[in-house]
Amino acid sequence: MRYIFVRFLLIIPTVFILITMVFVFMRMIGDPITAAQGGRLSAAQLDDMREAAGYNRPILVQYVEYLGQILRGDFGTTISDNRPVTEVLVTYGTATVELVFYGLIVAFLIGIPLGMIAAAKRDRWPDAGLRLFAILAYATPVFFLGLLLKLVFSVWLGILPTSGRASSRTRIELSRMEDATGIYLIDAIRAGDMGHVADVLQHAVLPATALGLLTAGVFLRLVRTNMIGTLAMDYIDTARSRGVSEYRLVRKHAYRPALIPIVTVIGMQTAMLLGGAVLTETTFEWRGLGFQLTHYLSARDFIAVQGIVALLAVIVAVTNFLVDIVVALIDPRVRY
Amino acid sequence: MSATTPPDSSTTTPAAVPGTASRRYSWRRLPVIRQLRQSVGVQRGMLITGLVIVGLMLAAALLAPLITPYGPSQLRGEDGLFGARQAPSAEHWLGTTAGGYDVFTRTIYGTQTALLVIIVAVAFSLFIGVALGLISGYYGGWVDRVLVVVADAIYAFPTLLLAIVTAIVISGGSSSLWGGIMATAVAITVVFVPQYFRVIRAETLRIKTEAYVEAARVIGTPTLRIMVRHVLRNATRSLPLLVTLNAAEAILTLAALGFLGFGIEPSAAAEWGYDLNRSVSDVSSGIWWTSLFPGAAIVLMVLGVTLVGESLQDLADPRLRTRRRTDSQAPQATASAPVSAGGAAAGVPKGTGPSEIGPSS
Repeated sequence: MRYIFVRFLLIIPTVFILITMVFVFMRMIGDPITAAQGGRLSAAQLDDMREAAGYNRPILVQYVEYLGQILRGDFGTTISDNRPVTEVLVTYGTATVELVFYGLIVAFLIGIPLGMIAAAKRDRWPDAGLRLFAILAYATPVFFLGLLLKLVFSVWLGILPTSGRASSRTRIELSRMEDATGIYLIDAIRAGDMGHVADVLQHAVLPATALGLLTAGVFLRLVRTNMIGTLAMDYIDTARSRGVSEYRLVRKHAYRPALIPIVTVIGMQTAMLLGGAVLTETTFEWRGLGFQLTHYLSARDFIAVQGIVALLAVIVAVTNFLVDIVVALIDPRVRY
Repeated sequence: MSATTPPDSSTTTPAAVPGTASRRYSWRRLPVIRQLRQSVGVQRGMLITGLVIVGLMLAAALLAPLITPYGPSQLRGEDGLFGARQAPSAEHWLGTTAGGYDVFTRTIYGTQTALLVIIVAVAFSLFIGVALGLISGYYGGWVDRVLVVVADAIYAFPTLLLAIVTAIVISGGSSSLWGGIMATAVAITVVFVPQYFRVIRAETLRIKTEAYVEAARVIGTPTLRIMVRHVLRNATRSLPLLVTLNAAEAILTLAALGFLGFGIEPSAAAEWGYDLNRSVSDVSSGIWWTSLFPGAAIVLMVLGVTLVGESLQDLADPRLRTRRRTDSQAPQATASAPVSAGGAAAGVPKGTGPSEIGPSS
């Protein structure tokens, strides 16, 4: 309990520092209104707007006020399309969460079995091939992989949709649902229409693969390294001497211990997946936080950018916290 | 805080190269060359492949004006405009882009931009990270505590978002060649500084308790001299590794920034990420040459640098290094030998990804 409490308190400085950094950075380029409207309005009009929004006050006062707003869950209002940032975060955040979740599934489905194969065939050609695969997965930018997948599977083979989260008919019907969660898969299942579910899943395949492959490479290496270690343990030798088959040794005996380290890297992987989501969403026009982020960036709407970045920082910090707790539960040696 | 390499490097040399210890400092002991001489088998193959790719890229960057038929921002040839989205032909080996540039020329010139950004970014982060790490580790106290908390916070943040935010702050829209390169390089620097900081700080903490450092202090050596001559020179062991891994990440970050539209203007220099961004709409209409070649260039360059970095990492770790075979019944015996040795390291989540240096919690 004490550990959980101390670890929880450690989230606060992390989030605080990140929010401060974003705030300071964003103010270094000037105030949001000049950035968004500069050149389009006269200097006098700009002054009036700055005055009204309170951007001519000392920066420290603005900072304290901003912190207060955030604590109340108010991230301000976007400049370019005049929506509450909180609403933007909820609407598009769900889409990003959905994409990252699919990406993680792909990473697990590809990374863990391949890692087990590489460990079982250590130093032989499947291992060498898989190692090259892992390096290639790292070396290929998600957006390039996304473009290639799109080219092959949607344009040349024509079996999967090119972009978006769902076809427009499905999208309209899902948004008409009462108490829609915003997570299309859940909404489609609740609507009870298999056509919608299939449509949503079809749209998810390519973005999820593009995003998940990088993490799959990471998982592959982790499982391989750890399983090689586990396979060298005495209890595996004991099992082998009892006549347990090699397949069963890998699949049952060495499997669980080799998975624990994966939990510890999921925190860092979440940060990577969120960064990757920004690129994947842009490639596939998946309307999530990343897609909106690039949109707001080109509109120079820094209130919105600030809100999105702050939310992502909080997500990463909280994930790391949860991961540390899980690790502590698994491994009692980890304590403060 | 754990460094990536085991504390005592002297154990790594004797088996492979007997007598190095007594040898004078020579070119053979330079970082990459020493590892090249040390490596065998697949590891040597990986290292050499990586070095060859990097060498080719360097050559492409230096010889770009000689190799390419046009300039990177050239839109018209002898008989008028190139035209947009022309399929590969004799005049345009790899076709032309949506903006009417020659794909081959821009792909080759892209190596120049990538290399410039890598060099500037790595030099900056090396300098700042090492300086901060030394100061933080050597002096300790509240400076140390503040720096550690800030570095941890930055480290936990999605690197791409941090780079985007920094790039906007610095460039604010202006993108001449050097302006764009500096903006991108600084954005990448902000991401990398915490990594160098951590590694050097951890090493400094270890080294400053060594007897020779105390001896130097007792005889009244100036602090700066102790920090540079006694501590820093012994703390640089894992830097070549970190530099290669970061160079690979720098290319990816540069491309990602360009792809999102925060890199370098197309008229100022050729940049792969930007070209890929322009090609997103081409893909839907089946035009493949505008995206395939810049993308492949990114993959190839990252692959080359990563292969070098991975091999260095393996060679730095005696548990992973393939030994030179001494007896004739080699293949089976040597293949299984590291298994038992590797068992000890199993609990440590290492080699999880080229980007992961330093502790994970």
